[in-house]
Amino acid sequence: MEEIINIFVKSVFVENMIFAYFLGMCSYLAVSKTVKTAAGLGLAVIFVLLITLPVNYLLNRYVLAPGALALINPAWAEVDLSFLSFILFIAVIAAMVQLVEMIVEKFAPALYNNLGIFLPLIAVNCAILGGSLFMQEREFETIAQVFSFALGSGFGWFLAIVSIAAIREKLSYSNIPAPMRGLGIAFIITGLMGIAFMSFMGIQL
Amino acid sequence: MNKRIFLDPLFKNNPVSILALGICSALAVTVRLQPALVMALSVTLVTGFSELILSMLRKTVPNRIRIIVQLVVVAALVILVDQILKAFAWQTSRQLSVFVGLIITNCIIMGRIEAFALSNKPFPSFVDGIANGLGYGIILVAVSFFRELFGSGTLMGYPVIPEQWYVANGGFYENNGLFILPPMALIVVGLIVWVFNAKNEKKAWKK
Repeated sequence: MEEIINIFVKSVFVENMIFAYFLGMCSYLAVSKTVKTAAGLGLAVIFVLLITLPVNYLLNRYVLAPGALALINPAWAEVDLSFLSFILFIAVIAAMVQLVEMIVEKFAPALYNNLGIFLPLIAVNCAILGGSLFMQEREFETIAQVFSFALGSGFGWFLAIVSIAAIREKLSYSNIPAPMRGLGIAFIITGLMGIAFMSFMGIQL
Repeated sequence: MNKRIFLDPLFKNNPVSILALGICSALAVTVRLQPALVMALSVTLVTGFSELILSMLRKTVPNRIRIIVQLVVVAALVILVDQILKAFAWQTSRQLSVFVGLIITNCIIMGRIEAFALSNKPFPSFVDGIANGLGYGIILVAVSFFRELFGSGTLMGYPVIPEQWYVANGGFYENNGLFILPPMALIVVGLIVWVFNAKNEKKAWKK
């Protein structure tokens, strides 16, 4: 249990998707002009991470990892399919996003109105594929750890995008040098927020 | 015509600094110059060839499933790059870790395929892909140049700051540790964007 909480805290603060790995920067910069839409996109990222990471974990563990196919046929114990992981992960993500979009549209129209426009964007959000690849690299042992990692990195992303959206809303009233407006200042503010987040470095429960 | 397609993305319409595409996988590899160069080369090749292939396929692929086809083509090319790196440059491949895989979701590739390759002939598309990859590479190399120079005092792994300048040897100089940390990449890119925008504005003003 302690291990699981530790993974959560670590992926929110220490190894934040945005500030430590710059994942999902494109949508982070494009959709952070108002807090409301930023929160919508953040929630959608948490949602999709929570669905795709466990699926990819099972796929990685029982199909792709070296020797995983030995469960089906002992003669395949030598087979190592891990070179296929990029293509399978991205296919799972694209399919899951499509599926989630259809399910949400059918059963929760209110939620669909809030999340709907963001879901297609998410299939090519680096944070999602990055989550799967980090999960593969770190070799989590149980599925509970994977859930906690997914929730943590999604929440960290949510926190980052909502806070920069809040700052950018206030920023529209300040006097910034013209060539710096928009993209330039957004980069520098993200950098400063990253420095603030570095103070969490080394936290362990 | 082809010359314009090639030169535009390098400075005037640079994908990173003007259009804010493809930053996701870019910045984490800019601590040192060498992995940044490898990354820039890989992205250039993947962008060029995926635009070439998808431009050839553009009349046969139905519109509704085009995103999935694009993802599959790009992912296949990225797997090729990854396997080649693992075979011939194991050290660099370790350093780049997951970021080679993240080329798949690099917005430059998807963005240029949607915006250019689907409505143009194969050869111009190939040129456009290479040029956008190089435009991305310029930013990547610029950022990593400053980060390696100020952060570790080396370039491509060779020391460029004279040994006797360092405080440890009785000099006055010390490496700036902040440049190695992730936030500094963002600040350097912010400054580069500032320079690019200021220059473009001046040109527009002169006209």
